[in-house]
Amino acid sequence: MKDEKSAVSARRRFVLQTMQGVGLAALGGVTWSAYVNEAKSAPLVLRPPGAVTENDFMAKCIRCGLCVEACPFHTLKLAKINDQAPLGTPFFTARIIPCYMCKDIPCVSPCPTGALDRKLVSKKDTSGVEKLDIKMSKMGVATIDSDQCIAFWGIQCDACYRACPLMGQAIVIDASRNDRTGKHALMTPRVVGDVCTGCGLCEKACVTQKASIFVLPITVAKGKAGSNYIRGWDQKDEKRLENDTSGGATTITPQSSKKAVDYLNSGEL
Amino acid sequence: MSIFLKHKYLIARRIIQLSIIVLYFAANAWGIKILEGDLSSSKLFSKIPLADPYAVLQMFCAGVFVASEVLTGAIIIVLFYVIIGGRAFCSWVCPVNIVTDFANLLRRKLRIDEVERKVWISRNLRYWVLGISLIISSVLGTLAFEMISPIGILSRGLIFGIGFGLVLIASVLLFDLFAIKNGFCGHICPLGGFYSIIGRFSILRVKHEQERCTLCMKCTNICPEKQVLHMIGKRSEFVAMGECTNCARCIEVCDDDALNFDIRLIIKK
Repeated sequence: MKDEKSAVSARRRFVLQTMQGVGLAALGGVTWSAYVNEAKSAPLVLRPPGAVTENDFMAKCIRCGLCVEACPFHTLKLAKINDQAPLGTPFFTARIIPCYMCKDIPCVSPCPTGALDRKLVSKKDTSGVEKLDIKMSKMGVATIDSDQCIAFWGIQCDACYRACPLMGQAIVIDASRNDRTGKHALMTPRVVGDVCTGCGLCEKACVTQKASIFVLPITVAKGKAGSNYIRGWDQKDEKRLENDTSGGATTITPQSSKKAVDYLNSGEL
Repeated sequence: MSIFLKHKYLIARRIIQLSIIVLYFAANAWGIKILEGDLSSSKLFSKIPLADPYAVLQMFCAGVFVASEVLTGAIIIVLFYVIIGGRAFCSWVCPVNIVTDFANLLRRKLRIDEVERKVWISRNLRYWVLGISLIISSVLGTLAFEMISPIGILSRGLIFGIGFGLVLIASVLLFDLFAIKNGFCGHICPLGGFYSIIGRFSILRVKHEQERCTLCMKCTNICPEKQVLHMIGKRSEFVAMGECTNCARCIEVCDDDALNFDIRLIIKK
């Protein structure tokens, strides 16, 4: 009788052994996913032209390196374990080797998974044929540190402006009065964010010890006005509201439950 | 000469493993386009897509449902390994196999096996890792195993440059050498687990002839997955378990010709 009680039944043994596995799997799985979650959120990584959004990119990139092999300038690298990018994914460091914006974009075509999407860097020409256009790429956006940029000090420098493959469009030079001397002009660079492709040629060309113009991923460098503000003088900008689905435009307070006319007439004021 | 003939499979495996890496390297470094990419996805003769089916499975779990080149590539690879034995990848292609086989060689030379084994983990752990990797892939929307895979780190490392990845590979070597025999390839690796599942259906298998066997047990001593040789000296049958890597070490060490490759047809007449 006693033996029967202490013996572990086959069913109990099976359940317990399974649960042993579950316990280990839970701990291992949480550790693993914590690492993966940390490793995949590298916000400052610059991707090849035609890359889909970073979240999609992390799901789609199979880390085959075909884009890296296609790059004639050795711009693209696959992330090693000590690089500040998710392991095995392609990225570039503009200060070392920027993207030279090949017209035929050889890195995009070989991608077998669509992590680099031709559609994002092609547009229809006049005859309706889809054609690659490197100017449409959005690898990032150049950002200027106007404290360290020597052009803002009044020293003549237009290295970034000259290096820009979209000279006069993506980087423009603004002239303003140099108040220090009273008789010279400040010729300062300004990035036109919508045009800039993020190729990084400006960052490579910058003459300051650490680049004072540098490429950041668009999600990092760009703000968003949202739908609270529109350019009322611009009909196109009105359209932005029509397409807006964020629904965050209405602020609800206790006051807003009544109509404006009602509370103005209620005598509470 | 006879020693080369005796180890013909081992020599063939090393030649194939290394030439695959050399072909990848040649495509990247010298532009010789026979086999481009790396083990996760590649192009043969710039045309035929090949892809790691396990990486593609993780991609599906991460929420990418686009039928693309990699899907074709993955199907080609699955069919290939159904024919030549699922885990033939492990012993004939995977570069980590060279590292872990080296650990095994050292184990034999240093007679580590004769010391009592203190650490024990289940050989089924790989299937847990496989399952967990798919769960993490779907929760975090990225390829979970590819974020940590020593196979990816070593193969990419040999093709594109390894950096600190060498430390990880060294740790796999130390783990297999001192902690657990065949610890990584035979217990943990989910890619091996994945190919084990394919291997259950594969056609090229090792067959045991019981009448010839003299029970010297050299085969079970050399085998990296001992449990698959459960029939030695008992029954004449195919090594049916998917975990068999078709490495042919058992065939080589057998002095009685009791083990040989043969064609197994799943559909019985």
